[in-house]
Amino acid sequence: MDSSDFNEQVYKKEWQWKEGDLTVTRSTQWSAPGCHCGCSILFYTDKDGKLVKVEGDPQSPVTNGRLCMRCFALPEAMYHKDRVTTPLKRAREDRGLDKWEPITWDEAYDLIEQNVRQIWEEDGNGRAISVHGGTGRNMMWHKVVAAYACFDSPNVMCGFQSGDACYIPRIHAMQMLCGGTVDADVSQFFPDHFDNPAYKIPDIIVVWGHEPFQAMSDGFYPPLMSDCIKRGSKLMVVDHRVTWLGAKAEVFLQPRPGTDGALALGIINVMIQEDLYDHDFVERWTYGFDELKARAAEYPLERVEEITWVPAEKIARAARFWATGGTSALKWGLVLDEQQCGVGAAHAVLAAEVLTGSIEKPGGTIVAARGYHVDLPYDIDDWCYKIDNIDPDLYKDRVGFGVYPFRSGPNGGYASPDEMVKCLETNEPFQMKMMWFQATNFLACMADEQNRMLKLFDNVRFIMVSDVYMQPTAMAFADLFLPAAFGPERFGLRDWFGPTRSMTQACEPYGDCRSDEQQVFEIGKRLHPERFPWKDTYEFMDFLAHDVNTEEFPNGKRYHLDELREKVIVYPERHYNRHETGELRPDGQPGFDTNTGRIEFFSTMYYGVGLEPLPWYEEPPTSPVSTPELFAEMPYILSTGRRSWEFFHSEHRNLASMREFHPDPLVDMNSEDAAREGIEQGDWIWLENQYGKAKFRANLSDGVLKGTLNAEHAWWFPEKDPNAPSLYGVCESNANQLTSQCQCGPSSYASPKKTQLCKIYKAE
Amino acid sequence: MNGLLIDYEYCYGCHVCEMSCKTEHGFKKGQWGIELHTMGPREIAPDVWEYTHVPIPTALCDLCAERTAEGKLPTCVHHCNAKVIEYGPVDELAERAAGKAKMVLFTIE
Repeated sequence: MDSSDFNEQVYKKEWQWKEGDLTVTRSTQWSAPGCHCGCSILFYTDKDGKLVKVEGDPQSPVTNGRLCMRCFALPEAMYHKDRVTTPLKRAREDRGLDKWEPITWDEAYDLIEQNVRQIWEEDGNGRAISVHGGTGRNMMWHKVVAAYACFDSPNVMCGFQSGDACYIPRIHAMQMLCGGTVDADVSQFFPDHFDNPAYKIPDIIVVWGHEPFQAMSDGFYPPLMSDCIKRGSKLMVVDHRVTWLGAKAEVFLQPRPGTDGALALGIINVMIQEDLYDHDFVERWTYGFDELKARAAEYPLERVEEITWVPAEKIARAARFWATGGTSALKWGLVLDEQQCGVGAAHAVLAAEVLTGSIEKPGGTIVAARGYHVDLPYDIDDWCYKIDNIDPDLYKDRVGFGVYPFRSGPNGGYASPDEMVKCLETNEPFQMKMMWFQATNFLACMADEQNRMLKLFDNVRFIMVSDVYMQPTAMAFADLFLPAAFGPERFGLRDWFGPTRSMTQACEPYGDCRSDEQQVFEIGKRLHPERFPWKDTYEFMDFLAHDVNTEEFPNGKRYHLDELREKVIVYPERHYNRHETGELRPDGQPGFDTNTGRIEFFSTMYYGVGLEPLPWYEEPPTSPVSTPELFAEMPYILSTGRRSWEFFHSEHRNLASMREFHPDPLVDMNSEDAAREGIEQGDWIWLENQYGKAKFRANLSDGVLKGTLNAEHAWWFPEKDPNAPSLYGVCESNANQLTSQCQCGPSSYASPKKTQLCKIYKAE
Repeated sequence: MNGLLIDYEYCYGCHVCEMSCKTEHGFKKGQWGIELHTMGPREIAPDVWEYTHVPIPTALCDLCAERTAEGKLPTCVHHCNAKVIEYGPVDELAERAAGKAKMVLFTIE
């Protein structure tokens, strides 16, 4: 028997039932803590409402009972001694010191209201208030509501990651080319998966710069990819390290970090020169093929081999395999965001996939979310921009407005993180006065060039952090700490690429914690009661679920929270070849939701704002080629952001269970390089460059490309001294000691996180 | 006699068998009911890589006797992300193992 053979007498379809003394609630875990998947979970609570244990929900078509290791630590995390249970305040002069005073929520809200009203009086609006959110809790929509609807500020951001280099650069490329966000079709859109008559597994899955099983990224459930591989999907993998998928692949390419754009252009050139592409699809549904052909012709195999270190014959074989192996599904990763020319590289990789004609085919690469509808979080953004009494010119106060075209539009577009760094350093174009960091521990995780970050907020008069535990970012900067709720303590819904799932509250919030939704609602109610007319957070959430959500359910049905809770999971309608049926465009015409109605190899949007309209490649800003003198001193290419099973970004570091599996920060390095340096498995080594240094344990592997290093990110040590300068040891083993700010790509998206140079030496 | 049949061709090493087992049984630090072992990545011929994970049940594995008595599957079987662990009578599992390469059968009790 395997996990499909579960007992329906034990695991029921109802949203809640009793099992002995325990209550079992079917829900979705989406943080805190969490990842991007929104897995179906069973919360087992005792008669006191305490979470006793969790299991995967075998009745869920989303995950079929599966659950990953981190969720099993939920009870441990929720009742952990480190949990903050009341709001805390601290005198501004004590920033960095563990000198907190518990206060009530009313006192906390008084402080917030006082600061916001003073800023409104001084500036006429709330532009000097910046709200940052991590990707954890509800895919970031709280921060947009907080900024626009609560504070009248357009300065929403994601935690000081230069170039917004996590998925956003790829989203940008996808929007420009395809008018929507595309994803690999591994059967996730149908509840009956492989039994659905419309579905067919991918012939080829192309995995580019990605380890999906560890990353659990962006609305995609990776175990379904493994189900496809078992059923016969073949693999092509591009990565600078040998992953488990890479070891299984028919074609595996191991390029020098930062050269993916050149590699993809070389592949495109072979596909076109050898006439391997899908002529019918290209003629009917694409724009700019001749220009693409000319650009790719600048990348003959010999040149691409020289740039990428990948042998020419392997590149040619990859192109032939990809173009002629049947329908392909593209699954790509952070590698493409974290190089300075990342948008050009993503453009090139996606263009190659388009040439195979696999777009919108079953088992291909499909438009997972249309350009004008990227699921509920974006619907909520739209709702914010359209609030009646919001200043329509508010967007002109967005930091980055006028500097970058895609940060200068009225709707959408976050503030530029790189420009925000400059703004905080120079007080230009205006002085930032208040910040709210929600669910982001950026000092450990997102923010590049950590030593620059530590000095960035001295002039900001009021900083607040919402999180479930005290963490380095809050300890370093906050004046006010708002304790947030865990997943089982929240209600709402989860809607991102796939079925809508209820988040059903199974436990009362621990201590005096409040959910992010409740915090935003109650602050909004104080500052703008006319924008928050609902009685309570549940009514507010119900409005978002029922009135704001534009998800297309069968028969035009809209769901209230109560109904969703009963149903647990609801699938929207999903068809294939929607570019032929007119389902991809708001005007109902055939085609893609771009200016030309076609997939644009030559982007009219990029061209229109003076950016490079075709896929492009540039040598990384520091590399063996562009800075040979620096390379002589720092002979390793450092890639950061390596994920692990046990941690979601900076979370889970305080859990004994996860640290048993993974006690220390690791850097992967090639075994031969290590032998030459006299480094053995498990040795502590320093990585150092012009920005800073960090200490990791060496993890030796034959699978790491020689001359490269692959460091984990987001390390801090909850067991170490919270007071500055230690700040829970956040500077000791942090890969962001070695990354840079203000080196983003020309559109403001992407940054060279995975192409820094460094030297290494053994730690004492 | 019951056992666990593991398809190690497709185990990708997510550790959920180990973690779900530890929480199910309340095992302390250093105790495991099933343990993941990894070989590689190692190049065994030009462009051919060995990178294999195999979970191995330990002496503490009781095949989740309490769970199976309640009509549930052993927790590692229920939660395996790659769906590569099967549970049942060993003669049935042996038949399945004979039909596919890269399977390992653990007879347990």
